[in-house]
Amino acid sequence: MNDILDMGRYGAFVWPCFALAAIVLAWNVVAARRLHAAARQQALRRAAARAAS
Amino acid sequence: MNWTWFHKLASPPHAYRIAARLVPWFAWPAGALIVAGLYGGLVLAPADYQQGDAFRIVYVHAPSAWLSMFVYATMAVAAAIGLVWRIKLAHAVAAASAPVGASFTFLALATGAIWGKPMWGTWWVWDARLTSELILLFLYAGVMALRASIDDRDRADRAAAVLAVVGVVNLPIIHYSVYWWNTLHQPATLTKFGKPSMSGDMLWPLLLMLLGFTLYYGAVLLIRLRAEILKRERDAAWLTTELAR
Repeated sequence: MNDILDMGRYGAFVWPCFALAAIVLAWNVVAARRLHAAARQQALRRAAARAAS
Repeated sequence: MNWTWFHKLASPPHAYRIAARLVPWFAWPAGALIVAGLYGGLVLAPADYQQGDAFRIVYVHAPSAWLSMFVYATMAVAAAIGLVWRIKLAHAVAAASAPVGASFTFLALATGAIWGKPMWGTWWVWDARLTSELILLFLYAGVMALRASIDDRDRADRAAAVLAVVGVVNLPIIHYSVYWWNTLHQPATLTKFGKPSMSGDMLWPLLLMLLGFTLYYGAVLLIRLRAEILKRERDAAWLTTELAR
């Protein structure tokens, strides 16, 4: 386990790269889903307002 | 030949529905390929004889650099289609691509800088590859800012599309910069016709990661495209029926 974390003394460079990649991959999915949910909510509100009027 | 299926693709209701169906077909293979690529790259691949384990950064750096250019090319082609044939869905694809491409350009630059420190002794040099990749990030930012700064959607689409198409000139500069100028950056690991400069047991995890990242972009693009269609078609009659389902 220590060998994997140490990465031949390059662990301080290798792991931050993978962590950053994980953050970017996760952020893209979360941001896209939130964007879609927000757009859907807004469309639903407009449809409800149109139906009410 | 019957082109009805092609014309249907440009229809927002059809695209909205088909995008929902396609997302899992991109997302699950992408997840599986990335997990397999990570295992291959971090556990199974041997250390490089010169760079040691630091070379493993290639498994996130190269796919993000590939995506930074692939997404830009996709965005520019969509923008050009939107400009020439006035297909609104093409502008929606371009708008949905820009933030994804920008995030992977940032990732390519950041992982490159972190990799550069132990290998080159510096986080950053103003050489052709790094500088042209930084310009790509600015182009993405410019396209997004331009689109956001114009209230009228049609004008915003056209202005952003023109900038996206003009910016395509940067893609061959990024790709060939390592051959045209003296640079610290190594030449391409994978070339179209040449033998890869990497042994097979290091190469296959990289290929899995490249394919996984590309499919991942497909999945995120489809989710963002659905959001774009909702925003653009918010007063359309079909949407009320669609949302009531």
